[in-house]
Amino acid sequence: MTTQTAAFAVSKKSVLLPILACAVFGMAIVFVTGHVQADLLHDAAHDVRHATGFPCH
Amino acid sequence: MFTRIVTSALFAGAAAGLIAALLQLYFVQPVLLHAELYETGALVHFGGDAVSAHQDVGGIDPLRDGLSILFTMLVYTGYALILIAAMAFAENRGHVVTARNGIIWGIAGFVIVHFAPGFTLAPEVPGVAAADVYERQIWWFATVATAALAVWLIAFGRNWLAWGAAVVLLLAPHVIGAPEPDQFSGPVPTELGALFAARAFGIGAVAWVLTGLFAGHFWRREADREA
Repeated sequence: MTTQTAAFAVSKKSVLLPILACAVFGMAIVFVTGHVQADLLHDAAHDVRHATGFPCH
Repeated sequence: MFTRIVTSALFAGAAAGLIAALLQLYFVQPVLLHAELYETGALVHFGGDAVSAHQDVGGIDPLRDGLSILFTMLVYTGYALILIAAMAFAENRGHVVTARNGIIWGIAGFVIVHFAPGFTLAPEVPGVAAADVYERQIWWFATVATAALAVWLIAFGRNWLAWGAAVVLLLAPHVIGAPEPDQFSGPVPTELGALFAARAFGIGAVAWVLTGLFAGHFWRREADREA
């Protein structure tokens, strides 16, 4: 019983890291495509930023 | 787990993003191009003669529209990664995610990243007055973060303390207020601005329902393949 609980705790912990990594990865993509103000990115994504409701310029 | 989230998110984000991009190009882009005629000064609608509401706004621009499709797919892939990470977290706590209830996840996503910030910072057509972009971005991120927490508390909270906190979190950014321009100097007709905001919201809702549906579907499919 103790072993089972321990194994369960480990499996729970081991899924949290990839979950967090994916969420951070997703936020980074949204930030770069939607919010970084570098000219090249801004111009390329201009229409999308407006249409998606991001603050654009 | 990592591969499963990334694979489902790539499929779901690319599919929903492509559909969103095509809808935007058909319904939003003509309004945006029309507004740009006022933004650049090619058209002026006040103080002079009446201007026709029917203008040639140009056709398809392969590079510009191609980039829009690419970037929309990227944005929704980013959203799908966050959404599916949240789905995985919920499943880890005993909630089952399917394509069917994925639709509710999608509606929640729309409320969090479109409706909540857009309620006070309405989707802007080019050529309208606005406050400093960095200040608006900070407000945007803060509003999305509080809305995300609020929606999670509404969905998974079990008592009135959680739901009450959710209400406060949802209202706070709008009671505090977003950065607003000091003067209205936008040259774009209000009719175009209103239509733009309405269409941006409408397509955001469709795109997010599809993101949720596809995310639930591909998440389940990847689970079945692993099983």
